[in-house]
Amino acid sequence: MAGRVKWVTDIEKSVLINNFEKRGWIQVTENEDWNFYWMSVQTIRNVFSVETGYRLSDDQIVNHFPNHYELTRKDLMVKNIKRYRKELEKEGSPLAEKDENGKYLYLDFVPVTFMLPADYNLFVEEFRKSPSSTWIMKPCGKAQGKGIFLINKLSQIKKWSRDSKTSSFVSQSTKEAYVISLYINNPLLIGGRKFDLRLYVLVSTYRPLRCYMYKLGFCRFCTVKYTPSTSELDNMFVHLTNVAIQKHGEDYNHIHGGKWTVSNLRLYLESTRGREVTSKLFDEIHWIIVQSLKAVAPVMNNDKHCFECYGYDIIIDDKLKPWLIEVNASPSLTSSTANDRILKYNLINDTLNIAVPNGEIPDCKWNKSPPKEVLGNYEILYDEELAQGDGTADRELRGRQGQPQGPKGSRLRDSRTILNTWK
Amino acid sequence: MPPEESDLSLIIAHVVQKLKGSSLYAQLERQAWASLQRPEIRLESLKEDIKEFFKISGWEKKLQNAVYSELSVCPLPSHPAAPPEHLKEPLVYMRKAQGSWEKRILKSLNSMCTELSIPLARKRPALEQKELLNKWNEMGTDEPDLSLFRPVYAPKDFLEVLINLRNPNYENGDSLGFRTHLGLIQVPLKVKDIPELKECFVELGLTTGQLGIDDSTQVPPELFENEHVRIGQKVLVEQDSAAAQQYIRQGSPTALRAELWALILNVSSQPEDVLYYEQLKTNVIQHDLLVDSLIYKDVKLTASNDDYYFVFEDYLYQVLLCFSRDTSVLGHFSYNSASPPKSYIRGKLGLEEYAVFYPPNGVIPFHGFSMYVAPLCFLYHEPYKLYQIFREMYVRFFFRLHSISSHPSGIVSLCLLFETLLQTYLPQLFYHLREIGAQPLRISFKWMVRAFSGYLATDQLLLLWDRILGYNSLEILAVLAAAVFAFRAVNLMEVTSLAAAEAVLADLSTLKVMPLLQIFLFATVT
Repeated sequence: MAGRVKWVTDIEKSVLINNFEKRGWIQVTENEDWNFYWMSVQTIRNVFSVETGYRLSDDQIVNHFPNHYELTRKDLMVKNIKRYRKELEKEGSPLAEKDENGKYLYLDFVPVTFMLPADYNLFVEEFRKSPSSTWIMKPCGKAQGKGIFLINKLSQIKKWSRDSKTSSFVSQSTKEAYVISLYINNPLLIGGRKFDLRLYVLVSTYRPLRCYMYKLGFCRFCTVKYTPSTSELDNMFVHLTNVAIQKHGEDYNHIHGGKWTVSNLRLYLESTRGREVTSKLFDEIHWIIVQSLKAVAPVMNNDKHCFECYGYDIIIDDKLKPWLIEVNASPSLTSSTANDRILKYNLINDTLNIAVPNGEIPDCKWNKSPPKEVLGNYEILYDEELAQGDGTADRELRGRQGQPQGPKGSRLRDSRTILNTWK
Repeated sequence: MPPEESDLSLIIAHVVQKLKGSSLYAQLERQAWASLQRPEIRLESLKEDIKEFFKISGWEKKLQNAVYSELSVCPLPSHPAAPPEHLKEPLVYMRKAQGSWEKRILKSLNSMCTELSIPLARKRPALEQKELLNKWNEMGTDEPDLSLFRPVYAPKDFLEVLINLRNPNYENGDSLGFRTHLGLIQVPLKVKDIPELKECFVELGLTTGQLGIDDSTQVPPELFENEHVRIGQKVLVEQDSAAAQQYIRQGSPTALRAELWALILNVSSQPEDVLYYEQLKTNVIQHDLLVDSLIYKDVKLTASNDDYYFVFEDYLYQVLLCFSRDTSVLGHFSYNSASPPKSYIRGKLGLEEYAVFYPPNGVIPFHGFSMYVAPLCFLYHEPYKLYQIFREMYVRFFFRLHSISSHPSGIVSLCLLFETLLQTYLPQLFYHLREIGAQPLRISFKWMVRAFSGYLATDQLLLLWDRILGYNSLEILAVLAAAVFAFRAVNLMEVTSLAAAEAVLADLSTLKVMPLLQIFLFATVT
């Protein structure tokens, strides 16, 4: 069984290839016998499609779940989270508790979102409740900030209303589908600039849910000072933090790439806001990631040949509340700076160590429980098996303080409920 | 009167005089008058009653902090008949060297001025003023043409001056002996050795808890961290500067650091402080100074490219431009060996009544100057608070890093301390580096001049600056520099050129400061 792992990829990035080569793996083509295939999302569609798909054998591993789009398409993610919340509400779970205004206390982490053109009328109703608000339009299937724009007037999206009235027989091409979300116009600013968080989360199995959070996430800063002023709504350099957009700005700097490590963010927040609120913020971030995964777990095809490394985009508002903006199935492996290259190289390295144990030919039947030593810069975010098996201890990510705390630790009165519901 | 007592009364008189001009004095006076209304104040025991009132209401504490603050910067007691230059710098040859260095800097500044035909200062036209006011929060986006401006000097120029310093009264002798100093600095100043440093930095010892060591993830917080945080909170409640200074020797918890530093530096943001900052801002809007372009260039070259500090670029302009115009900074020249450069109104060269200090605060920025401010942006996000803290840090500590003096925290002593530590405790390494033309000071000088800002990771830098505040001394910079060399000694022994040595020491961003210091001071066999 000591053959070398045969790998294929259709993404020509050095951070990937260097990692394969350093393990002494052998490159093959997809038509040959391969063990490990790092695919783009188009390819995974083909592998698992009804017409062109094929069965994977026990010694083959791929880097996407067949229907990852349940989480990574903006409209489906929102749909799944809404469904999850309703289910919890029906069950009477304390997680689904609401406040006096009808807002979920613990599960309100996605900005109000509607699908267009399908929910156009519902959207208009919501829009009229607060007509001075800004909304962000995002095409469902695109990435890197493409096709995104902001609106603050209904007239700006008339196109979608016209379509919905006239196209009841015309099948809506998914390429034209948009989501419209309430724009967070009070983001937390540092140095006067807006930023978002990119965090990497590795999921090795959905049922039972086992996921890992990469410790070295980063913040992406806009190069231009943030202003909520309506005159700058068209200036994408102010509002969108995607590096793909920012790097065309005049002030883009290639040394630091407008990025901060998450530990810088933590240092800054602890120094200026205090430890408790900072810990609470980070606990909440972990919470919303786990909840988003739990939301899609029931509908995910938990194919044992699969693992996936997601790029989570999170924005923090000025009340230190984190919001989940979207989840990426193919987080960029392009490096914009030297530090970036090192980070992404290590990310792939640690990911491979967990997904392909010992760098040997995989057996997809293994229990997907790697020993602690191989985690590298990953930390266990949530392990459903461990959490359920052991009745007293929490196995989820803890803050440095060593206190096991879901972010609900301070809010729920019954401590036994914390343990039960967190699992 | 015995000598110690006369020294003491001299100091007291000095401190009282300093405080009489401060707003605290006015406040105390007001409070004393107001207290006469109180029932517990009786005419027969007026003095004691008022004192008691001050004690209970916390005003005594404020006075105590102010006195403590003055004592921290107060020059050592000297003979009452000593001239003011002695307070600045007692050694004549040092004063002379500083004087000629200043002449050089000023000449360089003036010639840049003439070459570029830019006045040292000019009033901004109204339109420009309005534009600048609108852009106040994002001056970083301005792209003026700075290509013709050069920094007035860089640390390595300053190093050359220090290398050539000589005490004319000191004869070294030509023969090399056991005690010959092999480093670049060739002046006889007293520096501490490791046993003395151990005494001085006793709280950094192996048996005392430290933040930066005993708060790492493997150590359970109950052992040290939790208690330390609790004590820190108590110190803040008491608002006692001296206690804070003692406490911070073991490091400051991140959440308490901003307040602790403010307490130690005796900076409290009163409304008049905010107003003062706004006044400085108005000065910036109304007048343009040549040094502004130097500041601009410096920020663009250093902080804007830094992984940690690029975010705060705009704050740096807001602080440094105001700093240049702050004439209250001139006060520190009474104990700084440097003197503010003088310039004359156009056409009135040499006429004293038309002399002004230039820049108004007397400090000409050099390459890397903005890095003194950058780390503070992690702690304070209101510009006026950031400004006050920086100004206080400058007039207490940073000025010593770029003026020639014999003070134990002056850059000359720090260089000598560094070299002596290396030569005494790592002789093989020192000798090897010297042989390959890589004098260690050539590499470590820039670290010390910048107080390691921009070289260490920010959280480590802040732990280091905690100790600067705690011990009221910059000597720790020299000790850290030596400790870094000790840490990388194995690799350094293998290099064969200055460039290779620089490469080994190019990246300090992964270093953990406190373990390095502890090992060097307390765990090395001496």
